[in-house]
Amino acid sequence: MNPTTTTAGGADTAAVRRAIASTERPPRPGRLSTALTFGWRGMLKVKHVPEQLVDVTITPVMFVLMFTYLFGGAIAGSTSAYLQYILPGMLVMSVLFTTVYSGISLNTDLTKGVVDRFRSLPIWRPAPLLGSLLGDSVRYVVAGTVIIVLGVALGYRPEGGAVGALAALALVVVFSFGLSWVFSVLGLLLRSPNAVMNSGFMAIFPLTFLSNVFVDPTTLPGPLEAFVDVNPISILATASRSLMQGQPDGTAIVVSLAVAAGLAAVFLPITTRLYRSR
Amino acid sequence: MTTHAPLAIEATGLEKSFGATRAVAGVDLAVPEGAIYGVLGPNGAGKTTVIRMLATLIAPDAGSARVMGHDIHADGDAVRGLVSLTGQLASVDEELTGRENLVLLGRLLGLSRRAAKARSQELLEAFEIAEASGRLVKHYSGGMRRRLDIAASIVVTPRVMFLDEPTTGLDPRSRNQVWEIARALVAGGTTILLCTQYLEEADQLADGIAVIDRGRVIAEGTPGQLKASVGAGALHVRLLDPGRRPEAAAVLGRAVGAVELEPDPAALTVSCSDAERAATGVAELARAGVGIAEFSLGQPSLDEVFLALTGHMAESDHTLEEQAS
Repeated sequence: MNPTTTTAGGADTAAVRRAIASTERPPRPGRLSTALTFGWRGMLKVKHVPEQLVDVTITPVMFVLMFTYLFGGAIAGSTSAYLQYILPGMLVMSVLFTTVYSGISLNTDLTKGVVDRFRSLPIWRPAPLLGSLLGDSVRYVVAGTVIIVLGVALGYRPEGGAVGALAALALVVVFSFGLSWVFSVLGLLLRSPNAVMNSGFMAIFPLTFLSNVFVDPTTLPGPLEAFVDVNPISILATASRSLMQGQPDGTAIVVSLAVAAGLAAVFLPITTRLYRSR
Repeated sequence: MTTHAPLAIEATGLEKSFGATRAVAGVDLAVPEGAIYGVLGPNGAGKTTVIRMLATLIAPDAGSARVMGHDIHADGDAVRGLVSLTGQLASVDEELTGRENLVLLGRLLGLSRRAAKARSQELLEAFEIAEASGRLVKHYSGGMRRRLDIAASIVVTPRVMFLDEPTTGLDPRSRNQVWEIARALVAGGTTILLCTQYLEEADQLADGIAVIDRGRVIAEGTPGQLKASVGAGALHVRLLDPGRRPEAAAVLGRAVGAVELEPDPAALTVSCSDAERAATGVAELARAGVGIAEFSLGQPSLDEVFLALTGHMAESDHTLEEQAS
């Protein structure tokens, strides 16, 4: 009927044969090199899908503008005084929102079958997860920097200077490394990237509002104040604020780091386990 | 089947359940090295689950398997070093360009940056995706995407390749390209396990076929053996003048065998698997002066094979194993 003596075009059979014949199996790469290769992949994604960055920074930018100019006067007496209070908290909020994307991108890989490709390779198995941290960290730093720059443009002045602001950014980024594993677990358990986004933000939105990011908790009713005081996001916001003000709160910083380590200690093993078995 | 070629894949009693669904209920496979071996069955028959177990993506509940002599359970890492996956289940990254995908895999497999780039260029050219190499994969056409998928699987040429429904959703031209690539791979010494629900595809490519239904292998053999197991072929004749059909039936009945009249008033079918007798029949018709519009000697199609083996048609009951996993 339809003899395949002519090449249909689109794949040069002779060249395909040559390509197949031409490789020896190279030695396996080291663990670090494999993880870095996945890091490179993360960077490429930031480059190709910059919308992701816009998505995660636009909400905090809107919040800064809205809260400062709409509620600032009512809450703190003047917009400039409120900006001074809210900005370190907005830094926390903006970077923490970005962590949800760790789960979303992992889920995208899973639903598209990319994870199966990686899992079928003879590579160090946690490498894809650790490598993605590198791409994540770029997103964190960008999201945080946007807020700090916006704040300075609006008149925010960190008493701790550039060093204080950078220290606060670094602390928030480290905390985010811990928190991102929670969303990675969600990303491996839920069915679609949208489901991860919805449940992720559903969790992080109220937690951020029920913290001292926006208001001084001493004005809150007792039980609420008690919750806000122990909310890790409050503690992180306090630590971030103290660094930017140039009066580091040692306890808040240590507790923030401990919470991050705790989250990683619990959720990183769950993530690697799920990644291996899904 | 008395081949003594070394086996690339050897599976015994593989079983896998997802909740209450028994996706694979005891599958044995023996795939000789250097062959294309077809696993044929409808959606939900358990094909993809078998591949996922053989490629060490999921662990079987029971049974064992060896790929190129390495146990999938005890020596999974060695297995992963020899196989690659293509098709429905292992994909390329849509948010990277074609070239970046290939370089990424090259680096992960241990090529130096330079070697990975050179290898990518070679594959992009061989598979004729060089022009689109700088575009994101999500903008690729179906055929281009599938070629990239396959290129990604041979960045380092695998010893065993799992092709899972490689032509589903492709137009005939792209499908032929994928088949050509599969043949070239086998010519290069790779063993291919081909999962498909297209009978024609298995017939075209596979040296041996296992027919799988509801998690079990229900028949095994070469395409020819499977067809033979269903029965003889048939001589189909179509006459110029429908009015002379009774006469033609009498001639063919004498010269060949049992005649069956078809709904088409000009056509008739004679059960026959011997080409020479069929030729005699046609010659007798010509001698009797019965004008023939066309004739053909056909083997039963694999569709008929499937129907005969399972008692139901190949158009699946949609129990999607992918959902369960």
